[in-house]
Amino acid sequence: MITFESLHITGLDEAELGRWIEASWVRARGTRGAWQFDEVDVARIRLIHTLRHEMEIGEPAMPVVLSLLDQLYDLRRNAARLNKALATLPPEARAAILERLET
Amino acid sequence: MADDPYKILGVKKEASADEIRSAYRKLAKKHHPDLNPGNKQAEEDFKAISGAYDLLSDTEKRAKYDRGEIDASGAERAPQQSWRQYADAAQGERYAYSTGGAGGADFEDLFANIFNQRPRGPAKGHDRHYSLEVTFLEGVSGATRRITLPDGGTLDVKIPPGTEGGDTLRLRGKGDAGMGGGPPGDALIEIHVAAHKFYRRIGRNLHMEVPVSLKEAVLGAKVTIPTPAGDVAMTVRPGTETGTEMRLRGRGVPAHGKHAAGDLHVKLNVVVGPADEALKTFLDGWEQPGFNPREGLK
Repeated sequence: MITFESLHITGLDEAELGRWIEASWVRARGTRGAWQFDEVDVARIRLIHTLRHEMEIGEPAMPVVLSLLDQLYDLRRNAARLNKALATLPPEARAAILERLET
Repeated sequence: MADDPYKILGVKKEASADEIRSAYRKLAKKHHPDLNPGNKQAEEDFKAISGAYDLLSDTEKRAKYDRGEIDASGAERAPQQSWRQYADAAQGERYAYSTGGAGGADFEDLFANIFNQRPRGPAKGHDRHYSLEVTFLEGVSGATRRITLPDGGTLDVKIPPGTEGGDTLRLRGKGDAGMGGGPPGDALIEIHVAAHKFYRRIGRNLHMEVPVSLKEAVLGAKVTIPTPAGDVAMTVRPGTETGTEMRLRGRGVPAHGKHAAGDLHVKLNVVVGPADEALKTFLDGWEQPGFNPREGLK
């Protein structure tokens, strides 16, 4: 479990992270001062930090950006699931699907 | 990365820190791999861009580079666990757009066609496919064979008489369990029939070649023919030639259901066998006036 002190993200301040958590951009466990993060949350914090500070995307635009990104990754995970399911089909079935996709 | 960092960011040598930051920001927005998941080119481009920016945004490093004291290599940013690695994995479900669920609703929406075609109510279980190799005679006369299923269970397969290679037997209810109270699927067993040493099969008839000796062919004889249903005595008429065909009625594929029994077609082949002195001596003084065995070749 990772705490705010062990995040080590340069230029990240606690008040700002608090706003992200309140807005549900980051899903932390625990309350302010005792937040706990999983690795996926740390990657999420880095992402938002990059978007906010390296790309200077303003806070008001962030919900749009994050919702589009989350939908993109939902699609990618679903596509991967479909891919995995297709891989278990017999070769003739896969060939038939490929043929339909190519026409 | 040994390319010119100024070129990578698209700025002049004398660009200010602000210009460099602004150029980097523009490129990062376009090429950041988290915004371009699955795009290898974006990933490579962004590596170069962030490496160039790391070098040029550090006044000290930039001055050293400008004086030629260091080159641009080694300036690549150490890779961190990126968002896309998590978001593409199962952990990404934590930030799924659809209220953090398992993505099921989205999935059905995306592939509405597939899901709409799936029957909602009770559904018959899936059929299971097996293949079974039987001997020639099992295919002709029928048999019961027990097959072991992948799950360790067994299935008794009744092979009806007259089964041919490529026939598929359907065992009702022996497939996968039904869904939502539906009936179970069937087991479909494709039969392969091995070849036989001397029988061939055409439809319901069997064909075989039977060798007879010179004496049997000339003088006639009773010979024993093995048929699928047991040995049968067959009369070879005197003066039988090679290629003579005889038919043993009802000795092919046995009758079953609406099908009458097939026949066994026997083609006789005269074989000379070891010729002893007596035969040689006899033939030496023996003629067949007017007989030309190659008459037909003229």
